[in-house]
Amino acid sequence: MSFELAMVEQLAGSTLRVSTPLLFAALAGLLCERAGVINIALEGLMLVGALAAAAAALQTGSPWAGAAGGAAAGAVLAALYALTVIRLRSNQIVAGTAMNMLAAGLTPFACKLLYGSSGATPSLELGARFGSAPIWLAWGLVLCCWAWLRFSVSGLWVRFAGENPEALDSAGISVNRVRWLAVLAGGALAGLGGASLSIFLSSSFSRNMTAGRGFMALAALIFGKWKPVPAAAACLLFGFADALQIRLQGVALWGDRPVPVQFIQILPYLVTILVLAGLVGKSRAPRALGLPFQRD
Amino acid sequence: MRALLQPVLAVALGLALGLLVTAVAGESPWRVLTILGQSAFGSPYDLGMTLFYATPLIFTGLAVALPLHAGLFNIGAEGQLTLGALAAAAVGALFPSVPWPLAPVLAVLAAFAAGALWGYIPGWLRARRGSHEVINTIMLNFVAAGLASYVTLYLLKNPESQNPETQAIGAGYVLSRLTWFGDAPLSTALFLALLAAFLVWAFLWKTVAGFESRAVGGNEAAARTAGIRERRARILAMTLAGGLAGLVGVGEVLGNAGRFRLGFSPDFGFIGIAVALLARGRASGVVAAALLFGALHKGTSDLDLETENVTRDLSLILQALVILSVSADGLWTWLRKRRAS
Amino acid sequence: MTSETPALELRGLRKRFGQIQANEDIHLRVREGSIHAIIGENGAGKSTAMKMVYGLYRPDEGRILLRGVQREWDSPSDAIAAGIGMVHQHFMLAGPYDAIENIVAGAEPEAPAWRFLPRAFRPVDRAGARARLEALSRQYGLQVDFASPVEELAVGVQQRIEILKLLYREASILILDEPTAVLTPQETTELFANLRRLRAEGKTILIITHKLKEVMALADQVTVFRAGRIVGDVARERTNVEELASMMVGRRVNLQIQAPPAPPRGEPVLEVRGLCLTPASSGERPLRELGLEVHAGEIVGIAGVEGNGQSELLQVLLHPRDYRARSQGEIRCLGRTILNPGGGERPLSTARIKALGVGVIPEDRHRQGLLLERPVAENFLLGLQGRAPFSRHGFLSGRSAREAATRALEEYDIRPRSLDVAAAGLSGGNQQKLVIAREFEGKPRLLIAAQPTRGVDVGAIEFIHRRIFRARDEGAGVLLVSSELDEILVLSDRILVIYEGRIVARFARGEASEQELGMHMGGGARA
Repeated sequence: MSFELAMVEQLAGSTLRVSTPLLFAALAGLLCERAGVINIALEGLMLVGALAAAAAALQTGSPWAGAAGGAAAGAVLAALYALTVIRLRSNQIVAGTAMNMLAAGLTPFACKLLYGSSGATPSLELGARFGSAPIWLAWGLVLCCWAWLRFSVSGLWVRFAGENPEALDSAGISVNRVRWLAVLAGGALAGLGGASLSIFLSSSFSRNMTAGRGFMALAALIFGKWKPVPAAAACLLFGFADALQIRLQGVALWGDRPVPVQFIQILPYLVTILVLAGLVGKSRAPRALGLPFQRD
Repeated sequence: MRALLQPVLAVALGLALGLLVTAVAGESPWRVLTILGQSAFGSPYDLGMTLFYATPLIFTGLAVALPLHAGLFNIGAEGQLTLGALAAAAVGALFPSVPWPLAPVLAVLAAFAAGALWGYIPGWLRARRGSHEVINTIMLNFVAAGLASYVTLYLLKNPESQNPETQAIGAGYVLSRLTWFGDAPLSTALFLALLAAFLVWAFLWKTVAGFESRAVGGNEAAARTAGIRERRARILAMTLAGGLAGLVGVGEVLGNAGRFRLGFSPDFGFIGIAVALLARGRASGVVAAALLFGALHKGTSDLDLETENVTRDLSLILQALVILSVSADGLWTWLRKRRAS
Repeated sequence: MTSETPALELRGLRKRFGQIQANEDIHLRVREGSIHAIIGENGAGKSTAMKMVYGLYRPDEGRILLRGVQREWDSPSDAIAAGIGMVHQHFMLAGPYDAIENIVAGAEPEAPAWRFLPRAFRPVDRAGARARLEALSRQYGLQVDFASPVEELAVGVQQRIEILKLLYREASILILDEPTAVLTPQETTELFANLRRLRAEGKTILIITHKLKEVMALADQVTVFRAGRIVGDVARERTNVEELASMMVGRRVNLQIQAPPAPPRGEPVLEVRGLCLTPASSGERPLRELGLEVHAGEIVGIAGVEGNGQSELLQVLLHPRDYRARSQGEIRCLGRTILNPGGGERPLSTARIKALGVGVIPEDRHRQGLLLERPVAENFLLGLQGRAPFSRHGFLSGRSAREAATRALEEYDIRPRSLDVAAAGLSGGNQQKLVIAREFEGKPRLLIAAQPTRGVDVGAIEFIHRRIFRARDEGAGVLLVSSELDEILVLSDRILVIYEGRIVARFARGEASEQELGMHMGGGARA
């Protein structure tokens, strides 16, 4: 009994921990997409955030400096993304994919330059890593984001930029400025998500360490109908699948042979696919999502 | 001529930006460029290697280009090609005594079918469940990698090797090498790729089903009103795309390694995205763009050895920058306007 | 300065887009406190001129004077600040949000207690906004539901929200673009009463329209645009509908073509019995026990305000498979049962229905009728691609498609006469003629024509109407759905009125007056 209770506790704690990067990334996606900009680039934004955070934490020995570095790097890459999709009106899915490839190439490239290895950064001391602060920060941001979007002046602008940008424009607010700021802030949040991977869940940056989490966050956002609290709940669900996956490795479920690790590792991905497939027509995207705004 | 100008400029811009990155890393761009050129075209062997890399890129480029016409973005070619290669290797290992020429035909069919299944799933999910193919194909890439790893390590493991690879295929399966390029493992799979490009062109522009796919990509509601079964057209496009990506396995397994090796693909599926976008979806363009990116891939893999700081990751960076350049609509309309005035 | 400075004056405005001279030599004086109508055909330049007034476009040349003072603005917000507001034809509303948020967006009142935050992060003072809006709503008699998402409100209410948006910003000059296009006759009457009240409160109102009867009912002054210029500027009392029409078109026009005598009625080609549809989303309207018949050789017109189930009826007719689970009743078309959820058979696919001999002019040609970025030749082939001679054994015959399309360009006078320009490059009238040419190529026995002349100029309207009559005379049955009452009255041999998903009235040609139809369309005659 007590053994099982301990296991449930352990699983719950682990769920909270591994869903943290997803939370940051889902909020990042929410910010962009409610403003009308698709963000397939979350994966890449997280990746540069993860490297920058590890580098900054290594340099300073402070996890908070690491988080700041991660956020800044995310924002810088997001600026490039905003430039291409807002200013140059690139297809948002295409440009987002390019950003992911860019991040996948730039991070090992930079890692090699800085630390002589393209595979991983050196390990962080315990003091340069986060304890549980990112969990609190993430949930605090979920609540702030909810209140901000619902009540504040700029929250209203963001919602209108995604729903009827022409209305916002004719009311004298620059749609593209709102979108720029939303994408930049989203980049910083996704960078924090990456930071929580490298200096919270693990102790270094390693190549492609996001492993599809940016896309999972996007799925959580869709599953959560583009609303902060339901999206956060969806992140918990995916986090749970991930925690379960970690917990089940090497465990014998049937008979005495453990389930092959490969089958367990694909669990979060399968859950994501199934969750999205069960959703048919129920989630309504912001009306202007993916459409560049240009006054005719 | 105008149709060519934009891709050429985009490549030039992408390369220029990429070389800027190498300059930051302390390598002279000129030197990097020289190494790239030498390594891609310097000898018959190098040229053979470039063509060897271009072969899978033609398949994956087509696998991205074809659904693009139907309004779908297939970023799952990596998973599709993994399963295609695995299926070809499995057939070759499980039925080693099948004679030539039946054997390669069998393996080609198996590779196509396995890839097609991996394209059908996201196609079906999009058409019937409305979930976006971009997320699903990425997820399926991870699932495919897991499955391939399981099959390779548990079911078809090569007992004589420490490497994660399957048993060897039967002798009847092996494709002949093209001998003009020294030791380059370039096989007749290249001709299969060129044939595939031709067939994709014919499908898109000469068949009713191709017209219907393009109509769905052009305007789904109008296609539906015209009586086109838009869901079926989408599923068909993704299934064919998956099959095309699966054919990468033919060159790799039958023409090169003789077995499935875990992680054999250096992201051919993702480079295919750059290939298809640079080609603007045209089949002939895919062949040309695959050659370009094949050369870049060959070139950058030698950078690892030849330079201090620049790694093969430069290839990814260059692809990303080329995609960004070619897709920046605003940039091109601005340039056109400036030329007009 | 004269004693009567105009509220708004335009002096020699000129605007050019690429090759097209959209406005030339525009001089206009609008009296303070008047209702001023701007009329003209599609593409006559009236919208362009108003968009310059509203700050959406910058004039290439000329001046805009507001109460005698020359003004220039870079964006609509400058115009709003100067007191000029516009209600667009497509409302600028965000559907999921309520009237308060929609009205205040961009000019939000802030709760005073939160001054310590930067402006963008302060909460919107909803209570304050609501109090102010309710006062405005009382002052001008504009009844609005402030609490519901605007997408759930009737179109007439949405329009009032748009007007309140301008009043909230203290606009003194209101421009309304085709304000009655989406209203019932009753809602139109109500709108006109509201506009007169606004005029009485001292507001100046410009109304862009092409409905001449409404101009005569409402306006004080009328300005007529043609081909980018002003061709007439008259007081309402000194003109009449016929004169305005000939000014608009530049020649004497026969306002209504004479309906040729109907041929004898043939077999039924479409029978709908007891059709019910349960909506799946808030945007969808239900159908309730809807019944109708169309026979060969007649035109059956469905009159009704948009949003009373017309779109849903068309969708069910065309895609019965998608509605199988949510519908009841039976539909038979050209001798085949295409939908009968009670009978257990599978509904027919869209492709099969079209192959029976059904031609469709869809409601929204951009969204449902054309591949805008593809060349004319491919648009002509759309829907015909599976038929001989355009394909054999699954392979296209490019040559026969081009030959047929070339013939159609001639026959329907579609300009430019090129198969290779993108459909997006054609004018609205030519796009519609392309759709009609394609649908008539299959020699339909049932023609479903929805809003066949929407956004089409007068010449093309005449042409399209004659074609529809010709199809009838050659033995096709025609189901016409239109929100233009005039069109229904001219074309229909029988008129059915749809209201809230059911047919509430049926008339033979000549039996019903416009007023009577309008009453039924508004649900007024329901017992």
